[in-house]
Amino acid sequence: MTAHLILSLLVPVAGSALIVLLRRNENLREAASLVTAGVLFAIVLRIYGAVSDGARPEVILAEPFPGIPIALEAEPLGVLFALIASFLWIVTTAYSIGYMRGHHEKNQTRFYFFFAFAIASVMGVAFAGNLFTLFVFYEVLSLTTFPLVTHAGTEAARRAGRVYLGILFSTSIVFQLLGIIWVYAAAGTLDFAVGGILRGNVAAGTVPVLLALFVFGIGKAAVMPFHRWLPAAMVAPTPVSALLHAVAVVKAGVFAVLKVTVYVFGIDFVAELGASNWLMWIAAATIILGSLVAFTKDNLKARLAYSTVSQLSYVVLGAMLANSLGVIGSGMHIAMHAFGKITLFFCAGAIMVGAHKSEVSQLGGLGRRMPVVFAAFLIGTLSIVGLPPTGGAWSKWFLGLGSLEAGQVGLVAVLMLSSLLSLAYLMEIPLKGFFGKPAGAGQGSGHDDHGEHGHHGAPKWSVAAIVVTATACLVLFVYPEPFYRLMTMVTGP
Amino acid sequence: MAEHYPALQVVVPLLAAPLCLFVRNGRAAWGLAVLASWTALGISLMLLSRVMSSGVISYALGGWAPPIGIEYRVDVVNAWVLVIVSTIGALVAPYALTSVEREIGARRIPLFYAAYLLCLSGLLGITITGDVFNVFVFLEISSLSAYALIALGQDRRALTSAFRYLVAGSVGATFIVIGIGLLYSMTGSLNMADLAQLLPGVWESRTVKVAYGFLAVGFCLKLALFPLHLWLPNAYTYAPSPVTAFMASTATKVAVYMLLRFFLTVFGAAFSFDVMALDRVLLPLALVAVVSMSLVAIFQVNVKRLLAYSSVAQIGYMILGLSFATVTGLTATLLHLFNHALMKGALFMAMGCVMYRVGSVHIDAMAGLGRRMPATMAAFVAGGLSLVGVPLTVGFVSKWYLILGALERGWWPVAVLVLIASLMALVYIWRVVEVAYFREFTGDQQTREAPWTLLWPTWALVALNLYFGIAAERTAGIARQAAEVLMTGIGQ
Repeated sequence: MTAHLILSLLVPVAGSALIVLLRRNENLREAASLVTAGVLFAIVLRIYGAVSDGARPEVILAEPFPGIPIALEAEPLGVLFALIASFLWIVTTAYSIGYMRGHHEKNQTRFYFFFAFAIASVMGVAFAGNLFTLFVFYEVLSLTTFPLVTHAGTEAARRAGRVYLGILFSTSIVFQLLGIIWVYAAAGTLDFAVGGILRGNVAAGTVPVLLALFVFGIGKAAVMPFHRWLPAAMVAPTPVSALLHAVAVVKAGVFAVLKVTVYVFGIDFVAELGASNWLMWIAAATIILGSLVAFTKDNLKARLAYSTVSQLSYVVLGAMLANSLGVIGSGMHIAMHAFGKITLFFCAGAIMVGAHKSEVSQLGGLGRRMPVVFAAFLIGTLSIVGLPPTGGAWSKWFLGLGSLEAGQVGLVAVLMLSSLLSLAYLMEIPLKGFFGKPAGAGQGSGHDDHGEHGHHGAPKWSVAAIVVTATACLVLFVYPEPFYRLMTMVTGP
Repeated sequence: MAEHYPALQVVVPLLAAPLCLFVRNGRAAWGLAVLASWTALGISLMLLSRVMSSGVISYALGGWAPPIGIEYRVDVVNAWVLVIVSTIGALVAPYALTSVEREIGARRIPLFYAAYLLCLSGLLGITITGDVFNVFVFLEISSLSAYALIALGQDRRALTSAFRYLVAGSVGATFIVIGIGLLYSMTGSLNMADLAQLLPGVWESRTVKVAYGFLAVGFCLKLALFPLHLWLPNAYTYAPSPVTAFMASTATKVAVYMLLRFFLTVFGAAFSFDVMALDRVLLPLALVAVVSMSLVAIFQVNVKRLLAYSSVAQIGYMILGLSFATVTGLTATLLHLFNHALMKGALFMAMGCVMYRVGSVHIDAMAGLGRRMPATMAAFVAGGLSLVGVPLTVGFVSKWYLILGALERGWWPVAVLVLIASLMALVYIWRVVEVAYFREFTGDQQTREAPWTLLWPTWALVALNLYFGIAAERTAGIARQAAEVLMTGIGQ
């Protein structure tokens, strides 16, 4: 099993090398991407099998500091994250083939190369065996996604890249690293352990401060006021926004928050001290404010980005509740939101490539021309809002239960309000699509010159990907079992 | 043979220097310089491994027993610094060939290598000797040759920079020799180990304290601690590229070593921290250096000058570690001596490559070089990330220990300042990266990647940056051992 852990890092890296080697032939290059993604998913499935049987494979890669190794370890929470990321990588690769060609993007080899590298870092985050390893891969992930965010190479991309790297690096260096070294100075270890490593090592008064250093220091979790990098990152090609900025990168952030809360602090320890009480409300504020900002955005990707900001804080909130139900809800939400939001981004990209529309106000009547895309958008919306028959219902359910158990009725109200808000700002899109009037010619779509070219519809590869993720949203309502079981393994019986 | 290594460490480059003048041929002189530098590296590595396995080596020069004769005394601390200096020397020497042929007139090339070897032997001599007056002698050898090296720069401003450095350096050296003289007048000894035994008897005397003050100012001038750093930025900016790479990675490091050796070994940690309050004097200066000089670096348009200001800030890190007055803090200092040499060496060498092809290191000259000179700029990015302190680079290792040291003392505001300063480093490095990768190339269409003779030493340093970033156990182990030696003093 330890070989599988190492392979989960090596396979994407080898894949990226293969991509560069095959750069002369587009079809072979994309085949390499697809095969790599498939192999990676198979490996993660094997690890999942072992972990759900109770194994905890681990391996030490290097030992930079005495007593602080770079180590990989598979535990249920990490497996859950790795499963989602590696499965969606396959789907996204298929989607990218349609999108990147349909959109005539330049430098596609560089794109696939860094994409594979980013996935390798995501695997590193998922299987990090201690806090130090987690930090290392977290930073590597920021660096490898930078060329993807700035892919267009324009002035706008450069500025967005600045915000992206600036916020992610400032928070991780000033807060997170400080927190990590502080933990090390206090506990003498950085290993993840069930029940945490801090009990008895730090004064009660410092725990809330330390927890805040992590919640804000893990900037990828996009807790306000450190969320600006996420809308900025939307300048990237849509597959990047879909997989990295709805799933892999942002989930790496909330995953890290959850993991640190569970395995470094220990939820009982946090709950006893009430260390997270004020952080819960920061998360709640992000949930509401993110939704409100999403309302004001006419650009579809920007609206989805703020929706992500809002939804990410659900996971943070679940962690801050510091009880089993909250943590289960958190973990489930990592999974459910991933499938829902990636569907929405896929649809946004398909609309952009197929109909050259990027603003919500331009979508009138498009649903009749692209019925599959808009139907999928509807399913994704339901999942984000948390309505049956989609998987999103489960995570909201557990988060609500967790809030009640923590005695925070106010938070239940926040969850309800936010569901309503997201219903409103997301439903507008399929409604416009199916029932709205088509935007008349010359009404500022800016793409009229495309003529018949603009009406070729979404690329087949992309539509296939959309169907897969939308179906997954539905299936997860009936069969959330694997994710639920993994999360109960995290929280214990 | 093996027992004469301490002497050979200095003698080999010292004798090779005049030979360079005799051969009068640039390439032959270069061959000599490379040979001498690599021999010095080999010797220093063997000395380090011997010291690690079997303890202190004491070598009586000319067979005259200490404390009367001159003693070369090698322990973990200076064996470590010897390795730093000779590693950089061994990579700068091969790098110099191509770079010097472009930047210095052919007639002066043998002179250049002679001066370079003298500077190298001076630095090695300061480090290895166990005799305080001998330190001064080697200091003059290294400084005078350094002034000459800097004055060889293409730009005419190199002359005034060298002159300013000469004035500042001479003041520093004079202060140091006055301090040494006062110590001699009180104890009648010049041997470090001997002084360490004799000084506690005269701790109370004002003369010793005055000597301490003179030495402190002298060292701080030499190591360019804020606000005594004014000579440094111009000297680094206008010196020939290989000289900048060499000086930035070695000269200030050896000055830091001198300070550690005198104040912790000769005077003793107890005297320095408890009586003279060295830590409380250095802490604010170091913090101001770290923050203000990083800030100044952000606004530079000449990339070599930018890196020079960054060096002053980084020296602040080293002194900061010392001011914690703990083993962890000193470990950070000693680690950073090595790590900073690796990263600044790589960065200045990358700038040398740009100088070679583009003829300028102004930030606008970097436009579009990310595509034109991918290997050079990739080296710059890697070195820059190390300077910022991204994990898996040596810069991260230094920062780790520095912050650990601050937190051990409970000084979390200091830790926060260090982290903020590393963000500033991100800003000034990223300014260059953005210009190189996002702006269109506007220069001569003939511009190509730098020749491999320049690239391989640059990339060798980058590789070391990454290697010792991942395998820091070894360097951190040596640095900690050295820190313990310094803190416990010479007797134990």
